[in-house]
Amino acid sequence: MFDNLTEKLQRVFKNLRGEGKLTAENMEAALREIRVALLEADVHFRVVKQFLEAVRQKAMGEEVLTALSPSQQVVKIVHEELVRLLGSQHSRLRFSNDPPSVMLLVGLQGSGKTTTAGKLARYLSQTGHRPLVVSVDVYRPAARQQLSVIARQIGVPIWEGEPGASDPVELARQARREATQTGRDVVLVDTAGRLHIDEELMAELERLKQALSPVEILFVADAMTGQDAVKSAEEFHRRLGITGVILTKMDGDARGGAALSIRQVTGQPLKFIGVGEKFDALEPFHPERAASRILGMGDVLSFIEKVEQAVDRKRAEEIERKLLEDEFTLEDFRDQLKQLKKMGPLESILKLMPGIGPFKGLKDVAIDDKQITRVVAIIDSMTPKERANHTIINGSRRRRIARGSGTTVQEVNQVLKQYAQMRKMMKSLTSGSLARRLGTFRLPGL
Amino acid sequence: MIQTLFGTVPQEPGLLERLKVGVQKTRAGLVARLEEALAGKKEIDADLLEELEHTLIAADVGVATTSGILEQIRQRAERRSLGDAQQLRELIRQGLLEVLRAAERPLPRVAEPPAVVLVVGVNGSGKTTTIGKLAHRHKSEGRSVLLAAADTFRAAAIEQLEIWGQRTASPVIRHKPGADPSAVLFDALQAAKARRMDYVIVDTAGRLHTKSNLMAELEKMRRTAARVVPGAPHEVLLVMDATTGQNGLEQARRFTEAAGVTGLVLTKLDGTAKGGIVIAIARELNLPIRYVGVGEQPEDLLPFDPEQFLRSLFE
Repeated sequence: MFDNLTEKLQRVFKNLRGEGKLTAENMEAALREIRVALLEADVHFRVVKQFLEAVRQKAMGEEVLTALSPSQQVVKIVHEELVRLLGSQHSRLRFSNDPPSVMLLVGLQGSGKTTTAGKLARYLSQTGHRPLVVSVDVYRPAARQQLSVIARQIGVPIWEGEPGASDPVELARQARREATQTGRDVVLVDTAGRLHIDEELMAELERLKQALSPVEILFVADAMTGQDAVKSAEEFHRRLGITGVILTKMDGDARGGAALSIRQVTGQPLKFIGVGEKFDALEPFHPERAASRILGMGDVLSFIEKVEQAVDRKRAEEIERKLLEDEFTLEDFRDQLKQLKKMGPLESILKLMPGIGPFKGLKDVAIDDKQITRVVAIIDSMTPKERANHTIINGSRRRRIARGSGTTVQEVNQVLKQYAQMRKMMKSLTSGSLARRLGTFRLPGL
Repeated sequence: MIQTLFGTVPQEPGLLERLKVGVQKTRAGLVARLEEALAGKKEIDADLLEELEHTLIAADVGVATTSGILEQIRQRAERRSLGDAQQLRELIRQGLLEVLRAAERPLPRVAEPPAVVLVVGVNGSGKTTTIGKLAHRHKSEGRSVLLAAADTFRAAAIEQLEIWGQRTASPVIRHKPGADPSAVLFDALQAAKARRMDYVIVDTAGRLHTKSNLMAELEKMRRTAARVVPGAPHEVLLVMDATTGQNGLEQARRFTEAAGVTGLVLTKLDGTAKGGIVIAIARELNLPIRYVGVGEQPEDLLPFDPEQFLRSLFE
């Protein structure tokens, strides 16, 4: 849907005379493209204006780098400036010296506070803390029940309070008392979603803040938010003095320009992003990656990191050697698929890739994780001998494999064909270690 | 018996008032900035159009749609040698109205009840609340409603719908958490047929439009519905939060592909968000906006009337 900004800028510079040089004239055209890119990414238009001014000045003062084309150079400046504004590094949670540390989750309805509370509680437990959660949403039907279910799922204690409780401040106080008595060091308070212009409910948050002296007030915002992000964030910050931002639903394809807007109007750091519905789908916010995403440049860094996390380096080298020496067996093929699955849902992986070059069109490919499971099952149903040498797999062996894996002979044939194609393709890949490594993860049938 | 899906809307007193209150903030912003943009200016110059562009972009209408509309106005302005702010405003209003009008489509007819309404959308857009309000609306028009708790994924989603069922005195068909949504739908439709209900409103789990397996689940639900009730689902409502930015267009596109969306519900319009993305959606995908949500009370769901909506914006 969105053109890559680099591509657009390349076009701009190509269409202008004096290509190859950054001039005041072609800079204006470039800035117009950047403006559109940022607006399409939902960055607030005033923030865009300030941003472009900063970029213009920086670009004018910049020495022309011979190593980069003008478009690359502009993108570099824009990217660096975005990263600078988004915060130069990942910002951590703060804790009180006098536990329990109270953390409030606040935000509009439907931004994802309750799910985030679950994710954050899980994250805290895993990083050596002992969180207690409490929902003080006495308004939305079944809101408190929702957090109870989540707390049970992740194995974190919850202060349930009276079913008919109607005073959020009292509920939170009870939870803090409970935490003190049971030795919990963090109290995560999930508040009701509210509009920033709802005087009554905003006053309620102020009372919560006063009663609990929270060490963190985290503003939970939907990554899909448009221009209004500025108004709600500004108002929550004015009333409460938020200390950080969590951007949710980043597993979608929204470019998340709201991150920049919110950061600009509150000056507070983005601390985490939500990237899925499972409770481990919470990641530290990386300004670098967010900047690339806002610019529609794909998130190459995240992708590379994910690959590196999932891949056993030694094993990867061995595969490379095998590929080169034509010893890549069905067993290796299966290992590759298993590693691919370890990286998480395939869609979230594919989304990280830029929509250019060898990855073009890959984003829209619908991939079923189950399909991999099926392929693995088929290979599992082979004998070690068959896995080592696929040429011995004749008709009757194929029938046996299909029966054993609960698939059809056609599917078995398909897998064998894909495996053969992959071997062929691998052999033709010659240079570039990343390309080679990515190549080994290429999914059958793509 | 021929039944119109959503019937005619009774002109209850205070409807216009409530709509006005709902969009007042929107109006305040848009009008204020329009006036500001036009103050002391007799002619339409580049600056003025740029400021108008900002006004539309700030409402999340989007760059492409805004440029399209402003280009149209630029041309008309040339032809008519437009002079003042009033005329310009009227032109913009007309431009927006044409977009929304072109996307209007009649309510589907239901040959044989129950009318099946599938409610879909991304996480946190306000589906369950909208269903509660929709049930309230139909009930107050004397129709019977059955709710299907086909969001079997989110924690306590079933309980949330049950509370709305109690509030509106509508039966709720539910399974256990984690059950197959299509199975819930199947049972709900069977029950609705047996009990001769007028409406079945189906709650679905929130899902991001990029998750192809979850989108495929919606396709399956459509097929299930059609098997039990011919012609179902009669209406597929995409619920969208008014704060949604440019991603809303892609949302609408993907949900329409997978679930055959027939209309939009724009929620949370009682905040400061403008919901301008629906104009882009109407323009690109020809999807009508059926309802707007303007609060948390059962009666805070209003039929969307483009003319009324824009009049409230520009008056």
